[in-house]
Amino acid sequence: MSPMRNLLAAILVLFAACSAHAQLSIEITGAGAQRIPIAIAPLAGEAALLDASGATLSAIVRADLERSGLFRGLEVPRLVPQPTESSSVNYAEWRSRLADALVLGSVAGRPDGRFEVRFRLYDVLKQSAIGGVAYTLSRDQVRATAHRIADYVYEKLTGEKGVFSTRIAYVVKRGERFELQVADADGANEQAMLVSNEPIISPAWSPDGRRIAYVSFQNKKPIVYVQDIVVPKQLIVANFKGSNSAPAWSPDGSSLAVALTRDGNSQIYLINPDGSNPRRLTRTAGIDTEPAFSPDGRWIYFTSDRGGSPQIYRMSATGAEAQRITFEGGYNVSPRVSPDGNSLAYVTRNSGKFQVALLDLGTRQVQMLSDSDLDESPSFAPNGRQILLATIVGGRGVLTAVSADGRVKQRLTVSAGDVREPAWGPLIP
Amino acid sequence: MRALWTLIIASALTACATTETPQTQPPAGVEDRAPGTAPGTQGVPPKPVTGVDLTGGKPAASLADPLRDPSSILSQRSVYYDFDRYDIKDDYKPMIEAHARYLRENGGVKMLIQGNTDERGSREYNIALGQRRAEGVKRMMMLLGTREEQLEAVSLGEEKPKEVGHMEEAWARNRRSDMRYPGEY
Repeated sequence: MSPMRNLLAAILVLFAACSAHAQLSIEITGAGAQRIPIAIAPLAGEAALLDASGATLSAIVRADLERSGLFRGLEVPRLVPQPTESSSVNYAEWRSRLADALVLGSVAGRPDGRFEVRFRLYDVLKQSAIGGVAYTLSRDQVRATAHRIADYVYEKLTGEKGVFSTRIAYVVKRGERFELQVADADGANEQAMLVSNEPIISPAWSPDGRRIAYVSFQNKKPIVYVQDIVVPKQLIVANFKGSNSAPAWSPDGSSLAVALTRDGNSQIYLINPDGSNPRRLTRTAGIDTEPAFSPDGRWIYFTSDRGGSPQIYRMSATGAEAQRITFEGGYNVSPRVSPDGNSLAYVTRNSGKFQVALLDLGTRQVQMLSDSDLDESPSFAPNGRQILLATIVGGRGVLTAVSADGRVKQRLTVSAGDVREPAWGPLIP
Repeated sequence: MRALWTLIIASALTACATTETPQTQPPAGVEDRAPGTAPGTQGVPPKPVTGVDLTGGKPAASLADPLRDPSSILSQRSVYYDFDRYDIKDDYKPMIEAHARYLRENGGVKMLIQGNTDERGSREYNIALGQRRAEGVKRMMMLLGTREEQLEAVSLGEEKPKEVGHMEEAWARNRRSDMRYPGEY
């Protein structure tokens, strides 16, 4: 195994060097019911600090906030002199532009060649400053800093964590080539973790965002691997007789739930991330697969055909007390629990179409989130406000991010390829 | 790069055929193995000839090999299924019996049974369903006297469609188990 691993590591290193093209592009449709009108004034001096695509900090912040569906960015005319975070604010003027909130700031070069960004967020209606932050950054950190500013604004104005600094993983199929890609939540900075001529499916982020478990067919059958996102080396987690798939991290990162067929049909096991100590959780004659932990780690939701058709069940994390969760329809699969543990996204067959539904685990009410024919692989944003899913549009695989109320949709596509198997990464502290 | 891939593939497929032996002739009108219809094969660098014995102790395949003779039932390798089903229809039983007999008479030969599904539903459920299909073929062959050591059942789920398309015609061809001998996967 170790010569094999070394070779693979070498391959991965090579591929790591040849990525960064044809990133995701995003298209937004729909809008939230009440979008907060916000003015993000160009930061004084920001023209000296553009990202690789030529975008300014204020433009990236505005795009982030608008993409959430909760904000409407207002056009801000060129102001002379340019206001900064230390200017006195003319609230009446911003109110006349219909802004509820306002961001002012500045960028200054430092003697060490780095930059300092300062900004302040204002509540225009209350005529008061909400708060502000200063960041020191180098030229290659423009987008990351803009996402931090957007996260700050989002959290102050909505009371929830922003997810603009998070990352997403997904698989791109280009011709006969499969790529496991990691990108920023806005689709920028795409980087390949693995490139293979065989399929890759089911990427799953570790809770600390440092590793991804996935299933690769590179050895002609499904095998579960774990890979550090910055170390191009595959570690085999499960390579037993038959098929090994469906990895899901426990919330504390200490183990993975996987589906193995080493004892016949697909059954759910726990296994350590280094591949040690596999222990069987389900004992049925049918199919048990697609485990997903509840955020508190107490429960594992999963798909089983023990009742005659594929339905979603849950059991305790020790494998006890299995109970059926879905009852309507003949095909309910791919359970994913929301970050607050209160709802469940899953794929249901609805008049021959496969669509993503959201079940409120308290009220038992079901809401359809998607309306295409072949939707799959729902993945919650770590703040629970959006669900990323894979669908087919015009014969091509694309990703759609749907707001949890179903109102706002973003479509993420890649040029000349199918994109699928999305997994939204965790919040990064 | 190419050399590395070649090494990877060679080391991964230790007991595997690597010559340019023609693929088994499929039953007319059912299978389509025209170049380009089998994802994962295009773009793979040519496999090296390693001299591994493909037939488990017998000489390398000759033209007289019944596995490669289109007039032999042994040249048929696929079982097809209905949506979300894994029961084996009676039509396929003579073919499975013939392969079970072949494996009984050639105790050193191994078979890989690959279960496949159509693209509908979840990829992971389809891995499990494909496995169940492959296990069904394996179990039937064991009932017919094949030793378990000669058989491995794996699933390719919906990942390796024989025919790409979003309609029933393609789906029907992709819901199948393939019986493959060394050198054929």
